[in-house]
Amino acid sequence: MKEITILSGKGGTGKTSVTAALGSLAGNAVFCDNDVDAADLHLIFQPEINEAYTFSSGWNVTINTTKCTRCNSCLDYCRFDAIRTMSDGGFVIDPLKCEGCRLCERICPANAILAEENKNNHWFVSSSRFGPLVHAKMGIGSENSGKLVTRVRQKAKEIASGSDSRFIINDGPPGIGCSAIASLSGINTALIVIEPSKSGLHDAQRLIELIQSFKIEACAIINKYTINDAFTSQIEKYLEILSIPVLAKLPFDKEMVLAMTEGKTIIEYNPESEISQKITHVWEGLARKTG
Amino acid sequence: MSFRIAIASGKGGTGKTTVSVNLYHFLAANDGLRISLLDCDVEEPNDAIFFPDASLVKEVEIFRDLPVIDTDKCTFCRRCVEYCEFNAIVVIPPANYAEVNASLCHSCGACIVACNESAITERKETIGKMTSFRPERNMNLIEGRLKIGSSMQTMVIKELKKSAPADDDITLFDAPPGTSCPVVETIHDADYVILVTEPTLFGLHDLKLMVELLEEMDKEFGVVINKAGLGDQSLYDYLQSNQLEVLGEIPFSQEYAGLYAKGDILNKIPQEIKNSYQSIVEAMELRRSKK
Repeated sequence: MKEITILSGKGGTGKTSVTAALGSLAGNAVFCDNDVDAADLHLIFQPEINEAYTFSSGWNVTINTTKCTRCNSCLDYCRFDAIRTMSDGGFVIDPLKCEGCRLCERICPANAILAEENKNNHWFVSSSRFGPLVHAKMGIGSENSGKLVTRVRQKAKEIASGSDSRFIINDGPPGIGCSAIASLSGINTALIVIEPSKSGLHDAQRLIELIQSFKIEACAIINKYTINDAFTSQIEKYLEILSIPVLAKLPFDKEMVLAMTEGKTIIEYNPESEISQKITHVWEGLARKTG
Repeated sequence: MSFRIAIASGKGGTGKTTVSVNLYHFLAANDGLRISLLDCDVEEPNDAIFFPDASLVKEVEIFRDLPVIDTDKCTFCRRCVEYCEFNAIVVIPPANYAEVNASLCHSCGACIVACNESAITERKETIGKMTSFRPERNMNLIEGRLKIGSSMQTMVIKELKKSAPADDDITLFDAPPGTSCPVVETIHDADYVILVTEPTLFGLHDLKLMVELLEEMDKEFGVVINKAGLGDQSLYDYLQSNQLEVLGEIPFSQEYAGLYAKGDILNKIPQEIKNSYQSIVEAMELRRSKK
């Protein structure tokens, strides 16, 4: 079983549209949406949820103002500026700044601070017309998106090994921070979707550096290449130096957006289009290489 | 005190950076106003790309405190392991092994409080850097840049904000994509939030997540529709039925996308797009004068 993650660095380059298109082609695969804080893949997969779970993302910490002696200890120990003084001199914890380290709860001499598990993340095991999908809905403003990515990937792996699936395909998050790192660890191939712009190239370079630090094999798709031919060739040269193969160059085509609007993959929307044929070619190559 | 405007989106690639740098440009064109732009998308900062002639003012490294365990003093009692909420410490008593995993550690200081043997001290670890540019006399541009491989993006944003000149008239925060902790860190102290969306299925879905977050945070906000003309009507129906304020619409143009690709959007702004930004600038000026 091989695991592929689709990433981009920059947001909006077409990760999810490409992942969905691969969904139409992959056959025996398990899918996993690793973009847990703005998950979109389910909008195309329209899955039927079979199992729903909650995932704890740290702690919800409160101060009991009648027990509190206003000794200031919590204020001194908190490194996240999460403890605010109210107009009456009492203290309150700002849940959006609190990282849930529970140090204030431990050091409070009056035992006035209580931490309760924050169970506002949900994740799901679903079935779809393309195969099983593991996806999540993160609690608004939550911590620990990296841990949630790790959790959904773990489940996808269990399903894949239990069903003899040949592939796990992860729709990755933008950026290079904790969730991108969590979506990369231990995979076989990273497929980078690059947009030919200064920002797209800059962001892909940072992502490639991260991927290489994990010693993971990378390949690339240049999406919307017709937006800027000069940048496209600059990106091709850059990738050639790093021996990262370009599997396809996809033109800008409003059909990609129209397909999305109808909740379809580009392959379903128009299998004859240039993009569909090129993505089919990409999948054949990936399946040969990683399969 | 500066009037602080955050530019956010949920979905990546909707045009946060485009709107941020244009707004920055047009606000600064108003005589005498001092404007700062903070690039809080520290995983993939792009704002500086659009100001290639800006003079470099300074570059500083950002550090965090990383605990180090002295195994000569350590009694391997595992109290630090119990205190650590992030599973960042591994202690194996029979092997006399005690280590902090930097990629999981949040630098909260709990382990230091836990240790009765004073075996844990802290050393500085680089997590990123901050670069200040001056595109024009009345403009500050400060970029946060996460070190590749680090997952301390929220702390980099925190440090970036501390460096903002407090006496500027307006400070803009260009937010990262998503809805999790780095986004919350970026917008929590903003006076106003501009949500940039696009009229597509994914754009609308992620906009709703952001609206939910901002309502929970009790923030005032308005919406900019970018790439108008792509996609369908459902975004407009949603905005209307929820009576959300639309600050402006920026039409989709492949030619403009090509200019963006070259990093050249501020020199050749089509009149239609100029008009859109002028009305957003006026709306922001009105908000500022009311504050």
